[in-house]
Amino acid sequence: MIETVIPIAFTLVALAVVLNFWRLLFGPDAPDRILALDTLYVNTIALLVLFGIYSASNIYFEAALLIALMGFVGTVALSKYLLRGDIIE
Amino acid sequence: MRQRLLPHPVLTLVLALIWLLLVNSFAPGHLLLGLLLGWAIPLFTRHFWPEKVRIARPLVLFKFIVIVLFDIIVANLIVAALILGRPKKLRPVFVELPLDLRNELAISMLANTITLTPGTVSVQLAEDHSHLLVHALHETDSEALVKKIKQRYEAPLKEVFEP
Amino acid sequence: MIEYIISALILIGALFTFIGSLGLVRLKDFYTRLHGPTKATTLGVGSLLFASALYFSRGGELSMHEILVTLFLFITAPVSAHLLAKAALHLQLRSLAEPPEAESKRD
Repeated sequence: MIETVIPIAFTLVALAVVLNFWRLLFGPDAPDRILALDTLYVNTIALLVLFGIYSASNIYFEAALLIALMGFVGTVALSKYLLRGDIIE
Repeated sequence: MRQRLLPHPVLTLVLALIWLLLVNSFAPGHLLLGLLLGWAIPLFTRHFWPEKVRIARPLVLFKFIVIVLFDIIVANLIVAALILGRPKKLRPVFVELPLDLRNELAISMLANTITLTPGTVSVQLAEDHSHLLVHALHETDSEALVKKIKQRYEAPLKEVFEP
Repeated sequence: MIEYIISALILIGALFTFIGSLGLVRLKDFYTRLHGPTKATTLGVGSLLFASALYFSRGGELSMHEILVTLFLFITAPVSAHLLAKAALHLQLRSLAEPPEAESKRD
């Protein structure tokens, strides 16, 4: 049962990644791109988790956790740059 | 004395729990190590924690978390239906939510809850903490939305953090 | 039995992840786009992680690792969404909803 479901799930998440790339490339604004990047991180975690189940191995969790941490820090840093970067006054 | 040796008991327990989840084992040795870390980290970083967290009514907090988890699932079904439906029919609005809460932790928890639940994202907190700007994905009755958020999420948080 | 629950969770999780990213492409302005990833994707990945926790706990040995990632995602997703919305308001992006006067002129 799980063996038949996993390829379907892989396809769906991979399509989601393609959609994220579309938004990342065509913007139109910087926050849109950052949002796409943030979603990309989360989808990568989904892919890693699926791959962990697929290969029945527990060792991909550290990677998933690290991507979650780094993705969050990256998004916060980029949004902070947008908020503080162009100083009008 | 107790203040100096164990400044943040709640933080200690949370850190110990996180350690156990991180090593993925509930062996007594790890429990001890987790408690040791949970005791030492708040002690060495106490200058970063000026405010003490007081949870007045843990049961209300627990009930609140259950309600929020349930609402997250409902929120997802609603948002999924809106995304799959016709995007042109959406009526997004900005809503000003007047805040009764004063505790900073309570306000940030409210803002996070708003973002995770039905069709709303918290956008900006007024500098004097009197208002929270909320963006709703599809809402025709903004007064009802404000009333719902205040009743369902703000009231229990006020009870827990500001007795 | 548990196999069916895990399979259902995997399918639901992947579906929600996909719908969240679909929202990112389909919706018309930044503020509405923000709703897709913050909610659908978070729950999607949450249910995938839950499926994985069940899968690795089957043998009798408890695997609670995944709960940590789920918890972390549920705490950080609203924070990054909030910061992005703030940045968008600051940059005065085009919005379908009437942006509030006082807020956009401040800063």
